Amino acid sequence: MTKDLDETAPERTPWGRIARDGLWDNNVVLAQMLALCPLLAVTGTATNGLGLGLASLVVMVASGLLVSSLRGLITPQVRIPVFVLIIATLVTLVDLAMNAWLHDLHKVLGLFIPLIVTNCAILGRAESFASRNRIAPAVFDGLMMGIGFTLVLVTLGAMRELIGSGTLFANASLLLGEAMGFLEMTLIPDYRGFLLMILPPGGFLALGFLLAGQRLLKRLPIFKRRAQSVSFASPG
Amino acid sequence: MSRSLPQTFTDRDGIGYQALLLAGFALAASVLLVVGNLVTKGPIAERKAEDLLASLEQVIPAELHDNDLLAHPLMIPRSSLNSGSSRSPSPSRHSENAIIVYRALQGLDVTAVAFETLGQGYAGPIRVLLGIGVDGRILGARVLAHSETPGLGDKIEIARDAWITDFTGRDLSDPPPEQWAVKKDGGVFDQFSGATITPRAVVAAIKGGLETFAAQRDALTASAVITTEISQ
Repeated sequence: MTKDLDETAPERTPWGRIARDGLWDNNVVLAQMLALCPLLAVTGTATNGLGLGLASLVVMVASGLLVSSLRGLITPQVRIPVFVLIIATLVTLVDLAMNAWLHDLHKVLGLFIPLIVTNCAILGRAESFASRNRIAPAVFDGLMMGIGFTLVLVTLGAMRELIGSGTLFANASLLLGEAMGFLEMTLIPDYRGFLLMILPPGGFLALGFLLAGQRLLKRLPIFKRRAQSVSFASPG
Repeated sequence: MSRSLPQTFTDRDGIGYQALLLAGFALAASVLLVVGNLVTKGPIAERKAEDLLASLEQVIPAELHDNDLLAHPLMIPRSSLNSGSSRSPSPSRHSENAIIVYRALQGLDVTAVAFETLGQGYAGPIRVLLGIGVDGRILGARVLAHSETPGLGDKIEIARDAWITDFTGRDLSDPPPEQWAVKKDGGVFDQFSGATITPRAVVAAIKGGLETFAAQRDALTASAVITTEISQ
């Protein structure tokens, strides 16, 4: 039943381009400017960013898998409610699972997990990629978009945590287990803290600098050439 | 299967197919959620009980009890708890109208009680767990949850500051009632630079808790056998 759709897909899956899109060229935050609400809310520390990033990644991969494998069944007229239903169910299951088995992390992130439902990035990928591609590329796209999102979350969290409280990856052992406790660093001892960076305005400031930094990097010759080649290859 | 269904349900553009599709997904999602809930219900309840027990053990010293602190709690109406508070509790939620009192027993004698008391902070309610000995002295107080400003108001957390331990050992006469306030209001408790509302709310919550205990002392500290029979 999915045959006609498969024939429209390219002969060879452009794995490299999917990866580059997710990580850089079409990054959820840096290029699509989506998912800013959970992004700004949780990135007070790098650990929180990593936690929300990993949770979003799981949901993105699973929604890519489900949406892609069910795409022959779903008609265009009702696709949006069906996608929303799939994503909301996945997020609720992730929320329940984290509460049961990653309870300490859930205490930190619990408030923000339901926000993943409102994360337009996931619905966006379901609509523009997973529903038009075979399962393997859709899952890979979810993985790459998720990793790209996680990297931005961690970078932003690290910037704000470092400037705001002088530490890096505080409470990382809650998320990654005691073995990763070495990540917890106090880079600036006896730091009095710069409260603004921990509060929401700091999130906007840090995001602004991050975006400006990405624009500057894109001017470098190596990124310029890549960006052009992508724009030629891009279908829409 | 498609042959047996009327045309409206097999035509992908027809309303029947769309309705069936949505209904099918809704059903599948419901089944998944029910299964997920059943699988995680036990572990989540265990984690919550562990959290509560860990908090209770911080406000009631281990040598004061030989029972399971979570067993046979008492319920008293919340209205009596915050009688001194200016904010009336919302009547809509059952859990806010009743307060659960956990008892520390030695044999059948109550040695201490612990319960949650609420303060109105800068950014929402502050939940304080208060442990009180039978003599009315505070054994310990811990903030369970709050939404105060990070870096300013969050010094009420034991993980960030020892401020909350200042309450240990105090009772309603130490300091005298008019000095149960932050220093800015003529009391004895430190406020934080940049955040007065938060410590003020915690002081009020703890004072309210002590007053509740004083008002209900006989019922709360009655021998466990009698109260268990009454509550059943």
